[in-house]
Amino acid sequence: MSSVALAGNVASAAALRARSEDRTAWLLVAPAIVLLLLFVLLPVAAVIFLGFTDFELGYGKFRFVGFENYAHLLNDRTFRRSLWNTSVYTAIVAPVSIMLGLGVALLIEGEGRARGFFRTVYFLPVASLIVAMATVWQYIFHPTIGPLNALLSLAGIPGPNWLGASSTVLYSLSIIGIWQSVGFNMVLFLAGLTAIPRELYAAAHVDGAKSALDRFFLVTWPMLGPTTLFVVTISITNAVKVFETVKMLTDGGPNKASEVLLFTIYQEGFVYLRVGYASAMTVVFLAILVVLMLLQYRVLDRRVHYA
Amino acid sequence: MNSIPAGRIIRFALLSLGALMILAPYIFMISTAGKTQSDIFTSSLSLIPQRFYFAENFAKAFAKVPMATLLWNGVVVCGLIFFFQVVVAIPCAYAMAKLKFRAAQLMMVLVMLGLLVPIHATALPLYVAFDRMSLLNSYTSLVAPFTISVFAIFMFLQFFRAMPDDLLHAARLDGMSELGIVARVIVPNAWPAVTAFAIFSVVAHWNDLYWPLIVVSKQAYATPPLGLMYFRAAEAGDDYGALMAATLIITLPLVAAFLLAQKRFVEGITMTGLKG
Repeated sequence: MSSVALAGNVASAAALRARSEDRTAWLLVAPAIVLLLLFVLLPVAAVIFLGFTDFELGYGKFRFVGFENYAHLLNDRTFRRSLWNTSVYTAIVAPVSIMLGLGVALLIEGEGRARGFFRTVYFLPVASLIVAMATVWQYIFHPTIGPLNALLSLAGIPGPNWLGASSTVLYSLSIIGIWQSVGFNMVLFLAGLTAIPRELYAAAHVDGAKSALDRFFLVTWPMLGPTTLFVVTISITNAVKVFETVKMLTDGGPNKASEVLLFTIYQEGFVYLRVGYASAMTVVFLAILVVLMLLQYRVLDRRVHYA
Repeated sequence: MNSIPAGRIIRFALLSLGALMILAPYIFMISTAGKTQSDIFTSSLSLIPQRFYFAENFAKAFAKVPMATLLWNGVVVCGLIFFFQVVVAIPCAYAMAKLKFRAAQLMMVLVMLGLLVPIHATALPLYVAFDRMSLLNSYTSLVAPFTISVFAIFMFLQFFRAMPDDLLHAARLDGMSELGIVARVIVPNAWPAVTAFAIFSVVAHWNDLYWPLIVVSKQAYATPPLGLMYFRAAEAGDDYGALMAATLIITLPLVAAFLLAQKRFVEGITMTGLKG
């Protein structure tokens, strides 16, 4: 009898504990929930809402325009230009900085004493103020007094007007983008590499993978799968978000040759104050991010995991 | 004595070449900051200035850019952001990792959604709201949107999940309240995660140009990137000597911090990076 009563007591004590635990948990997450609502969820809802209006800052009234903003976007040459430029920039910066990052990581991994030094050097741009370094790049790219063209003229090559010509501006910005992100990718790959068990290499050697290249494709590459996927996603998202160098160095010019997505949104929303129209652009930007994330999950699902 | 194989030499050469390209902007920055205007125009490839003009260029930079204000604003904004992010995220992550409650699932969905949304996507409505509340040009508008970091929640969550439950049981048996546990058991044990996140957060917000550019239009509240942009637009023109000096001063704090604590930096970025 007494054991039943005891069990009942324990059960109700447990229920009591569970309830108090629930309450404490709510208390602990409450500030986060409130701030999330205030600074993430509501603003996103507001952006989607504003995208269907002709709201302009400074005018009191606004009206619903349905999909008019989006229809306008389809024919907006600046916006299309900007999407195209962002794609080109991403298509250059992401693959090159990933491959260079992986290459440098593999080289550093095998390096002995100088390892720490190289890691520091390659990582330096990540810790540097990009806006500041952009002005240095502007000097380097300067068509007449810049060291890059001075170097080229030594070799007898007439240097282009790197940031000043519409044919080269996007490539010049890409060079800066690559310079900035190689070290970041390298550090991520290095972490992935150190997580690969040494025995696998020994086993591969025994199995006849004699050359370094064989071992790379047999062990390193598949084992790096999750790291690579992550680096790819983050590189693409970061490239899509390019803004600082464009704002600092070209203001989208010359002739809109370096208009990129975030710059166009900034220009529409915060300079021309056409908030409704800029909101529609922002929704497109968000949609791109969502698609990128969904793609990442698709690959994650299909990929064989070794980690 | 052919102890150095060719492979090692090639590897070292490749790494050195790459390192040189990474370092080139820094080398030119330092060299140009010490050159006179005419020196800059005539000999861009000689790294050693013909006449050492460092003092003059730095004096010019300090005279024309309110360096102290900029750096102070940077420190205040980054400090406040980091403080709020940690104070909000740690209790939340602890509850999600170690307590049973009904909304845990919902919280997880919110966090994953939040991870997707950058400031660029929320900037328009936030700007309109801050404008209505006359909060533009203030520390509040610079800091407030970043007080919640889903990224911090996500990272601490991973970290707390790996923490042994026995530690918490012992604390509960000692009669500690859940808040007490957070303050006296969780926080002291979370230092590695906190420093890693600190580095991530400070680097991100020290460098951010987008949001300050939107909400600040006065020198008095300018952060380092914004201040440098004003200076370049207003004063510098082709005066690359002074511009490079200003650039050098503004880049230095974070680079110095990185060089002093690089192991933590790299750890911080990989920890935050890989788990984000």
